[in-house]
Amino acid sequence: MNKDTLLIAGKSYNSRLLIGTGKYKDFSETQAAVEASGAEIITIAIRRSNIGQNPNEPNLLDVLPPSKYTLLPNTAGCYSADDAVRTLRLARELLNGHSLVKLEVLGDPQSLYPNVVETLAAAKTLVADGFQVMVYTSDDPIIAKQLEDIGCVAIMPLASLIGSGMGILNPWNLQLIMDRVQVPVIVDAGVGTASDAAIAMELGCHGVLMNTAIAAAQQPVLMASAMKQAVEAGRMAFLAGRMPKKLYSASPSSPTSGLIN
Amino acid sequence: MLPQRGQNLKVISVSINGEVRQFDNSISVATLLEQMQLTGKRIALERNGEILPRGQFNQQLLADGDRLEIVVAVGGG
Repeated sequence: MNKDTLLIAGKSYNSRLLIGTGKYKDFSETQAAVEASGAEIITIAIRRSNIGQNPNEPNLLDVLPPSKYTLLPNTAGCYSADDAVRTLRLARELLNGHSLVKLEVLGDPQSLYPNVVETLAAAKTLVADGFQVMVYTSDDPIIAKQLEDIGCVAIMPLASLIGSGMGILNPWNLQLIMDRVQVPVIVDAGVGTASDAAIAMELGCHGVLMNTAIAAAQQPVLMASAMKQAVEAGRMAFLAGRMPKKLYSASPSSPTSGLIN
Repeated sequence: MLPQRGQNLKVISVSINGEVRQFDNSISVATLLEQMQLTGKRIALERNGEILPRGQFNQQLLADGDRLEIVVAVGGG
């Protein structure tokens, strides 16, 4: 049997769990959680540097070196296509020409719901500029297809709102997206605990991206390990093909003959 | 771009990450980074909305009214 890998923009990954690096206590906890999760693709954010006021500030890239991980710079906090494009051009310069990115353009700061109009515009510009765009979007199957047509290399619909931990609220829409697009579909946002990740994978999603579910757990490193196993278990269950659901079982698991009298 | 010999130095204002600072106009981007103890750090720099490649830090001199953004990678989801 061929090795089951996640293929994104021509590169294979063994792990189908992608994790964010925000909200951890410190870099050593970030590093331990990343390690425990087995994730190979790690999201990072781009923010203003200190300008001399804190010369010994530790740098995330020293803890998570680009030589070891596929770093996926995001556009978190961007509310327009222009800001997102600017941010990712800076990220590409920062990461020596690295072109695989996570595009997210948000609609409002309360819900962090994606603004798909700005997302589509940014995706067009970025693809034309040579970026490989993994795109955070709503669970609208029509928009998902349009983003694929633009040339995005992965479609990443929300399962529920960013940071909400509400789980997979609309599995039917995720299914509609998977039915329509050829590139990997990765659930991004909303996972709260291990069973949510397993459900996403059992639905046939190609991967799961999460941050808060791990970082905001009481024990983040333990949760990172739980998520690793949940994603693996969910993937294996999907590949194995579940039994059909039946209201009544007409076929007992144990033999019907040889019962004692 | 280099100041002419004998030209009087004048103070210029440059916005760096939204903070306005004043410099001698002969200062290069590389010198600025050195003053901020950012030399060799993993940063990227945008000048007036355009990426300034690392290889140009030595040659590029700051001009009055320049807007610089200097960024790093931080934790994020």
